[in-house]
Amino acid sequence: MYKTNRVTKKKKNNNNNNNRIDKKFYELKRKNEKALICYVVAGFPDIMSSEHIITSLINGGADIIEIGIPFSDPIADGSTIQYAIQKSLISGTTPDMCLELASRIRKTFTNVPLIIMTYSNILYRKGYIQFAKKAKECGIDGFIIPDIPMEESKEYLNAMQNIGMSTIFLVSPNTAEKRLKMISRICTGFLYAISVYGTTGERQGFDEYTIESIKRVKKVTAAAANGLPLAVGFGISNPKHVRYMINAGADAVIIGSAIIKKIQEIENKETLLNTLNRFIYELKNSCK
Amino acid sequence: MKKYNFPFNGKFGNFGGKFIPETLVPAIEELEESYKKFTKDSNFKKELKEYLENYAGRPTPLYFAKNLTEYVGGAKIYLKREDLLHGGAHKTNNTLGQCLLAKKMGKKRIIAETGAGQHGVGTALASAVLGLECEIYMGLKDTERQKLNVFRMKLLGSKVHPVKSGTQTLKDAINEALRDWITNVENTYYVIGSVVGPHPYPMIVRDFQSIIGKEIKKQIRKINGTLPNAIVACVGGGSNAIGSFYPFISDQEVSLYGIEAEGSGIKTGKHSATLAAGSSGILHGMQTYLLQDKMGQISATHSISAGLDYPGVGPEHSYLKEIKRVNYKSCTDDDAIKAFVILSEKEGIIPALESAHAISYGMKLAKKMKKSEDIVITLSGRGDKDVEVVQNYLNGIRD
Repeated sequence: MYKTNRVTKKKKNNNNNNNRIDKKFYELKRKNEKALICYVVAGFPDIMSSEHIITSLINGGADIIEIGIPFSDPIADGSTIQYAIQKSLISGTTPDMCLELASRIRKTFTNVPLIIMTYSNILYRKGYIQFAKKAKECGIDGFIIPDIPMEESKEYLNAMQNIGMSTIFLVSPNTAEKRLKMISRICTGFLYAISVYGTTGERQGFDEYTIESIKRVKKVTAAAANGLPLAVGFGISNPKHVRYMINAGADAVIIGSAIIKKIQEIENKETLLNTLNRFIYELKNSCK
Repeated sequence: MKKYNFPFNGKFGNFGGKFIPETLVPAIEELEESYKKFTKDSNFKKELKEYLENYAGRPTPLYFAKNLTEYVGGAKIYLKREDLLHGGAHKTNNTLGQCLLAKKMGKKRIIAETGAGQHGVGTALASAVLGLECEIYMGLKDTERQKLNVFRMKLLGSKVHPVKSGTQTLKDAINEALRDWITNVENTYYVIGSVVGPHPYPMIVRDFQSIIGKEIKKQIRKINGTLPNAIVACVGGGSNAIGSFYPFISDQEVSLYGIEAEGSGIKTGKHSATLAAGSSGILHGMQTYLLQDKMGQISATHSISAGLDYPGVGPEHSYLKEIKRVNYKSCTDDDAIKAFVILSEKEGIIPALESAHAISYGMKLAKKMKKSEDIVITLSGRGDKDVEVVQNYLNGIRD
């Protein structure tokens, strides 16, 4: 597997010129801003609403959008996202519908990086290569697959890297130093550091170990060949959390469950879109 | 056949592997190392043997079912009596092994999933005797159809968490146990109940369950000096089947039959016959055959037996199907109920509904075989837990 390292580096350089994720981080760095990454479950509450929700997030100041393709057995997700995924599946959302959603967003927002987050079986079922190609056509820039660790990534990496798709890997507070370095070598776009032990979902606060973990990961990403950006996710839901992660060294923060919760709670669509817009505006302000 | 030596690098051919979130990687690595270390340790082996023999009652008998043999009128039918093992099923072989391993690793907290509740009971009793704290995840639907086992787990000092997500059965109980493990990875040991999940679990559970097949080999040789012509076992995740088959894999003259749950029939779509009707995919940390739709969403399954109601199967079974070493067949709810009644009436043994699937196919197979031949059916568990479900079924009440 480690043989792929050389290939990765070469591809990384090729991508630098035209990959929206790399461009976005470059641009933000010049402005001395951090990136706000927003996650939504596609098809929750329905696919049409997802388009409006994403539009409102981007207009509110989201720098990067993660589109979650629902999978029936989301083991890395807590109850909020599980609920949204289940509702989305019941309403009939398919992976193709999610890619078409991305394609529509792409037409309006030509520069905003769009990333797919889903589980391995959704890609495996269609075939890694076929899925990657279709996603590329729809304007997707990268993938986050929480159940493909480094050891199982060969086929996935080949499919993605051949077409210049970013492969974002996750690291955890318990990921060993040596492993961190190996992961940062196969990871492109940004590295996704999980803030806590646990699944996705809002938290009251964070323990000391979160800060230590971010600092430890930051050392590795800062030393990586192209200065791999570091994004922190899981449990972040307010401006205070955002500052906390940025102060620890995050180049980006990821907001997921907090958005989903608002979608779940606010029934009136206009109120929802306005609320999300304001919510994201505040969070983005904390990234500056 | 070449020497069968799997898993190789965590895989059984193309199946298996460890498709897990990053947080679990250190835990899985620690498990693999500890397993290697302790299974070579003579004290560990001695202690486990002591528990298996004097606490759980091994070896279990290999019983010649004379009445059933006469009733069927074919090959001689032997029953491997895992129903007599402490706890009421073969599950105890694995739970004692894994809980002892957990204790040696210094883990204080045990979690497990359960379908029919047998693995839950097995984990609860092993935790009790070894002084470990234990929490069990069980699908809400399963807690309702296996009430007796829920109470047994509680009596044994375990906490039972009903799982309300997804299909509320075994699949979702595993999801929830994995989420707990991700959250409490530092102090928790996850005792998986079947030959499923990420490597090294399919190997560990197989190794602990292989005592079934080793005993069968020894016992049948003692009876008639040869190996059996066929071995039949039911397959949900497939732990009692692998346990029965594994010591015979290189003995080509022994035919092996794994029996899946066909529920209301494969054509109805209400079944759990993963190997018969599924396709390759990734779930619960492993690549294996799955029941899934065209998009890769995992299907809802059905079986009257909660222990077989699972859309996946152990990766080693997927491999053994692919290399055609094991024949995988299936048996409907109706046929399993018939076998349940027949075994009760003819031999005075009430089998678990899971095992009744193996009994049903075993009888069909025995009928086609010569009287001079021998067939071993693994009776994986006893059926006390199922009497209410069977009574309802016979009265026309179905879930």
